[in-house]
Amino acid sequence: MWRYLGRKFTIYVLTFFLAVTIDWVIPRFMPGNPVQTMLSRAALRAEAVEVMRGYYLKAFGLDVPIWQQYLNFWKAVFRGDLGISVYLFPKPVMKVIAEAIPYTLAILVPAILLSWLAGNKFGAFAARRKWLDSTLLPLGYFLTATPYMWLGILLAWGFGVALGWFPIAGGYSFAMTPHFSWKFVLDLLWHWFLPFASLFLVMFGGWAIGMRNMIIYELEADYAQYLESLGAPRRLIRNYAFHNALLPQITGLALQMGTIAAGAVVTETVFSYPGIGSLIVQAIQNQDYFLIQGCFLFIIIGVLLANFLVDIAYLIVDPRTRRGMLGET
Amino acid sequence: MELLAVENLRVYYQTLRGDVKAVDGVTFSMSPGEIMGLAGESGCGKSTLGRSLVLLKPPMKYVGGKVLLKGTPLPIWDKKTMASFRFSEVSLIPQYALSALNPTRKVKKLLTDILWSKGIKFSQIFPELRRRMELVELPLEVLNMYPFELSGGMKQRMVMVLSTLLNPSLLIADEVTSALDVSTQKAVARMLVEFRDRKFVGAIIVITHDISLLYQIADSIFVMYAGKLMERGSTEDLIQRPKHPYTQLLVASLPRIGARYAQEKLQGIPGCPPSLLEPPQGCRFRTRCPRTWEKCLEEPPLVTTKDGDLTWQVACWLAVDKHA
Amino acid sequence: MKAQKNRTKNEFLYFAWRNKKLRIGIFILLFFILLAIVGPYLTPYDPWAYVGPPASGPSQKFWFGTTMFGQDVFSQFVHGLRPVFLVGAFGGGLATLIGTVIGFIAGYRGGWIDEILNTLTNVVLVIPTLALLLILAAYLGVRSFFIQAVFIGCTAWPWTARAVRAQTMSLKAREFVDLARISGMRATKIILTEIAPNMLSYLVMVFILQFGGAILNAATLDFIGLGPTRGISLGLMMQIALLWGALPLGMWWWFIPPGLTIALLVGALYITNVGLDEVFNPKLRGI
Repeated sequence: MWRYLGRKFTIYVLTFFLAVTIDWVIPRFMPGNPVQTMLSRAALRAEAVEVMRGYYLKAFGLDVPIWQQYLNFWKAVFRGDLGISVYLFPKPVMKVIAEAIPYTLAILVPAILLSWLAGNKFGAFAARRKWLDSTLLPLGYFLTATPYMWLGILLAWGFGVALGWFPIAGGYSFAMTPHFSWKFVLDLLWHWFLPFASLFLVMFGGWAIGMRNMIIYELEADYAQYLESLGAPRRLIRNYAFHNALLPQITGLALQMGTIAAGAVVTETVFSYPGIGSLIVQAIQNQDYFLIQGCFLFIIIGVLLANFLVDIAYLIVDPRTRRGMLGET
Repeated sequence: MELLAVENLRVYYQTLRGDVKAVDGVTFSMSPGEIMGLAGESGCGKSTLGRSLVLLKPPMKYVGGKVLLKGTPLPIWDKKTMASFRFSEVSLIPQYALSALNPTRKVKKLLTDILWSKGIKFSQIFPELRRRMELVELPLEVLNMYPFELSGGMKQRMVMVLSTLLNPSLLIADEVTSALDVSTQKAVARMLVEFRDRKFVGAIIVITHDISLLYQIADSIFVMYAGKLMERGSTEDLIQRPKHPYTQLLVASLPRIGARYAQEKLQGIPGCPPSLLEPPQGCRFRTRCPRTWEKCLEEPPLVTTKDGDLTWQVACWLAVDKHA
Repeated sequence: MKAQKNRTKNEFLYFAWRNKKLRIGIFILLFFILLAIVGPYLTPYDPWAYVGPPASGPSQKFWFGTTMFGQDVFSQFVHGLRPVFLVGAFGGGLATLIGTVIGFIAGYRGGWIDEILNTLTNVVLVIPTLALLLILAAYLGVRSFFIQAVFIGCTAWPWTARAVRAQTMSLKAREFVDLARISGMRATKIILTEIAPNMLSYLVMVFILQFGGAILNAATLDFIGLGPTRGISLGLMMQIALLWGALPLGMWWWFIPPGLTIALLVGALYITNVGLDEVFNPKLRGI
């Protein structure tokens, strides 16, 4: 068990190291003089240009040797100093991101957990039930093949524009200022629902299909045949198959984390939901490089953390890994 | 009274190309305490026959025939009703015993679950379970382990104990030794005999292509070819004095008991078994039979001779002539 | 032996034709491929030219209506369809190639080479593809669909490498590979002549999945504004539609076709994959 966790942890540390390095290297590969390019691309007010030039020069630290620059970058990362946002000048990137994170987590975490639970339950239920299976299969494949943004656009158009039940933009009404009251919380939920639902649906399709296919494999497995030969009731066999089919679905959750993060980015963009995703798109449109780099780091940290949680969950569910029989990472 | 009587059983295999007539009108019976070997080349329908007595499910298809267990009909065609007979009346030691236990459940949990589905509490049966585990030299700790923590031999023994725990009248042992090394094979074979002697099971059908194994443990041997019974008799007689040309070739292809390999020429049977999608008319062995004649184009009758307690059955025109 | 080979080939075609999923999937794919080829000749309009009244719904003259600025949506749609296949085939192909090569080497060689390649695979596997593409595209810029395909191919290979590695390891233990090794065949040759042919069906399925993944990745990139600076794609259409208020104005003809097409295409690829799986694995065929 500790070996398994150790291996995983090594991978995560290496990944983080690589990510920070990429974050440092890539801007230096930019054609021409990066500082000049960034300044000219960014739409800055006149008084900001000089401040930013100074900041960029300091951040890139071009006057010290290259290894020193790299070390300084690491120091800055550990201090949480990710630079200053250009388009929200002069807010530090760290602060901009910190404000956006709760919104992203609010749609992402429930969507991941609920779609995983519901999709697995439903997929297992539908497997080997003729009528349900033949409806679920095309629907599930269509959902999981749908680009996240398109489903978002469809929901926004249907429930937001055509029916007018839900707002199609923002995290809360423009007329309100964030404060703690039932009215505001309800308003938040009202804005939260469509982005959440759109993420939920696309993921749901994927999990349902995955579970359906896995459980059919499991029901053909030797242990299931043996149980059936001993006259075990269908319920018991399906229970066992479901439990065993969950294991690859948990691994799948870890593998999907990157795709899910991408889905959240575009979904937020569709609904102008004030999370990291919208932030990224604004950063790209405004050529706000520090902000792009900051978002990049945060997505990676988020995905690594999520992977770690999935590993723990896997250890709890699979006795083989727990007892160290499988060294495989 | 006969323990098991199978009458004209037909079980086909459904495929996209049509029905494979894997068991095509098979009749035999077994006495209490009998260990019957079911032998034949692979694809002759012996596994289908064995499995259909326990779990007949698609792509297997029941076509006709009767099965009586201790005089009462066994509803093998009805998956649901049959469920209450499985484990307690008919049971199976599968070919895949090494992977038959759910990998993510402790052995005890597995036992508890499956016993519970039969309305039996684990604690109720535990003393008997402990005795039997001791008998096959399985330590009690096994119960608290996961299947992947057991060795191959331990898994095999655990499955044997589990399959016979409710003292079934009939046990099907499907190629139980084929995945094992020689010494384990012997141990497993001895255990089967021991289980019969201690009356854990009423009778055993041992399915195998290994006739030398049957020579050690079986009371009688049933030779099957292309979905049909070829010959059935007591082990001693069948191996020493086979009557059916197929059995003769099969026995001749074995190294002689007690003889050294070098002195004997191992002889395979030339040719291939016929397709069971559309089996040929008449005797199914005639295309490979060295003693075939025009009469073989007709379906050979089942010649039965009684010799005291034992019945001898042969499906061959040559046997008819001798008795006529 | 030859007859045997012929029979399995015929059997494959027989089951392939009988498989409903495979038929539906391939039909949808062929339809869109055909549309991508002949589509641009069906419309007289340039995708960017202002040719009609702005924001008007589908009509006889403009089959899919017009954009906010009076461009022909159908023309944009059929022109945008081509890069979908281009990026899918190139990006998916490159990812399959890289993944297969790394998987073969890691699985066949074993030892420390495997250790290194496996670690690399696992590291790239946890890095979210989009984040990587984001920073690459933002700084280096993406000029053409080809560059986009290369970027996608270089980030999407890890799961393939992992799967191929596992398969190679199990094939390596088989007798015929041992035989080849004893007879002194070189490793590259063993991989190419003994192992790869036995995994061909699997690699085809991997490519199909990578194809679909590349399409979705490209659409995502285009949508957040990191697509190629020149040319039109379905993802870009959705971005422009959203940016210029197609949603509040209810201009459904602008944003439905591109998204629906991607969903149908990728869905068809997935279903083709399942169909092929059923054809290749008799166990799943059922009755």
